[in-house]
Parts: sequence; structure tokens; C-alpha cells
Amino acid sequence: MSNVEPHLHELKLKHIYDGFKQLIPISLFVVVFGVAFGLAAAQTGLSDTSAVLMSTLVFAGASQFAALDLWGQQVPVVPLMITVFAINARHLLMGATLYPWLRELPAAKRYGVMLVVSDANWAMAMQAFNRGKPGLGILFGGGIALWVAWILGTWLGLHFGSAIENPVSFGLDMVMGCFLLAMVVGGKKNLRMFIIWTVAACSSLLAYWYLPANSHVVVGALAGGILGGLWMEKKQ
Amino acid sequence: MNIETAGYGTLIVILIMAVVTLATRWGGVFVMSFVPINYRVQQFITAMSGSVLVAVLAPLAVKGDNGARWALLSTAIVMLILKKPLPAIAAGILAAALARQF
Repeated sequence: MSNVEPHLHELKLKHIYDGFKQLIPISLFVVVFGVAFGLAAAQTGLSDTSAVLMSTLVFAGASQFAALDLWGQQVPVVPLMITVFAINARHLLMGATLYPWLRELPAAKRYGVMLVVSDANWAMAMQAFNRGKPGLGILFGGGIALWVAWILGTWLGLHFGSAIENPVSFGLDMVMGCFLLAMVVGGKKNLRMFIIWTVAACSSLLAYWYLPANSHVVVGALAGGILGGLWMEKKQ
Repeated sequence: MNIETAGYGTLIVILIMAVVTLATRWGGVFVMSFVPINYRVQQFITAMSGSVLVAVLAPLAVKGDNGARWALLSTAIVMLILKKPLPAIAAGILAAALARQF
């Protein structure tokens, strides 16, 4: 990534469509997560409209599940905002990592693309960039695929969720974890990266145990990033 | 401060969540528009992009059940051998499912 090549930020309809298709397999799993969320939302007492609206407007699974934990006759606003922000703070880092390519786009497109950023399409877009391929179509088209899947899954969960007895026993809760790990393992590997990842993992765990809830992703990612900024690769 | 979940309250709660989440999606890009992208910043960004994923996964591996651990281990091994994500993910889910049957 030492020099940003001129064509990598391209975002034509074809790229968006290709990105949409590339994310369809993982979107099928996202439907299953959505079902789990819809089911949990129904059990928490959200109306069908509210649950679907939440998935449509928020589109961030982990924070939506966390919001259900805070749900009751009343919802405490400040804890809700802190929880949602902390869980989704990794989006800030994702936006920052995408910036070298996003800055080539006009502001409206740049922020439009970011509307649908989430773990899976971001990871695949970064992998494309690192291989010298355009990634913004994967980010946006793939993001739309994931978004539609998440809404559809939520709706299915509200209506048919009780048909799935125990998704955890089938390992379905591990889909996203395995996907993200596959992205890490598929990335560039050398001793420097390995040490950076080790520092990120240890910092994340320490934050997980000793710092406030949900801070571990940001702490681990920043620790790895700062080490990478201090201990730079030799320029080619 | 609390919001009643009756009537329009739910809508307000959802809108608050949506605005906070949107701020996280836009904030990183917005802040970076003030940061000059030099070699050091690029190295920081590249290192951080892998570290985000590692930081998500580390507690999952350490705090998860054996199903979670077998899933991640299988995914890593298959990914190293085949270098294709979908078989790697399939292997991981299968491993978790098998580990949880016993």
C-alpha cells in the first residue's frame, strides 16, 4: 500500500454490481444473524415495525443486540448512546483505513459509500486494495447486499424465528468470527505483521479484562496501528 | 434520562442509535480529511486494519467455548492451506457444530 494507484478508487456501476455478487455468500449467513435478531427483538417486546426499522436505520448487529439488553418500559439514553458508540467505534477506524482511496471521491459519494460500511464488506475491500484491485465497489455493492440481508433476516426472525431451535449448537454464531479470521490469515503475512497482531491481540485482551466494556476493539486496533506507525517497513 | 418505549419513544430511541452509528461510520473519514497522508500514516493505517480484526477475534478465542476455539483453529488452518475464505469458514462452522454435539 506504499503508493495508492490511480484506478483503485474507481466506483462504476459494474464494480458495485460485482461487489454485490461477491458478498452474496456471506450475506446468506447475515440473514441467519438477522433471524436471530428478529427473534430476540420479538422476545424483548419490540413491535415488528420497530425491529425492522432499527435494522434498516442502524444496520449494526452487535450494537442492536446490546440495545435489546437495555430495553424495558424505559430506555436509559446515555448508557444506550455510550454502548452503541463503543461497540460501533470500530467503524471510525475502518473509515480511517479506507480514507486513502475514499479521498479520491467527491464528498457526497465518499460519505454515501460509508453509509453501508460493516465488518465483512470492509475486510473484503481492504483485501482487494492490498492486492492492487479496486475495492470501493465491494465496499458499497457488498454493503448493500449485507444491508438487504440484515433487514430481510430481521423480518424473517420476527415471523418465523421460533422455528430455529438452537442456532448456536450448529455453530452459526461463529460465521462472522471465522470470516474475519479468514480475512486476517489471507492478508499479508511477515514477522513484522505477526508481532503487530500479537500486540493488538494482547492489548485487546487486557482492555477486555481491565477496561470498560466494549473498549477492547479500539484499544487493540490502536495499539497495533501505533506500533505499525513507529516501526515502519523500509520503503521499496 | 430515560425514554418511554411507549408511543413515539421507540422511534426516538431508534433514531438516537442510528445517529450515533452514523457518526461512527462518517467520523473516521471526516477526521482523516484533516490528516496529511504520509508514509508513516499509511503504515499506521495498514497495521491498524489487520489489528481491528485481531482485536475483535482475541476475546472470542480466549473467552469462547471449545466450539469457538475449534472453529477459529479450523478456519485458520484451512485458510493457510487452501487460501480460499468460503471453505475455511465452512470448516470453522462444521468444527464448532461438531465440538458442541459432544
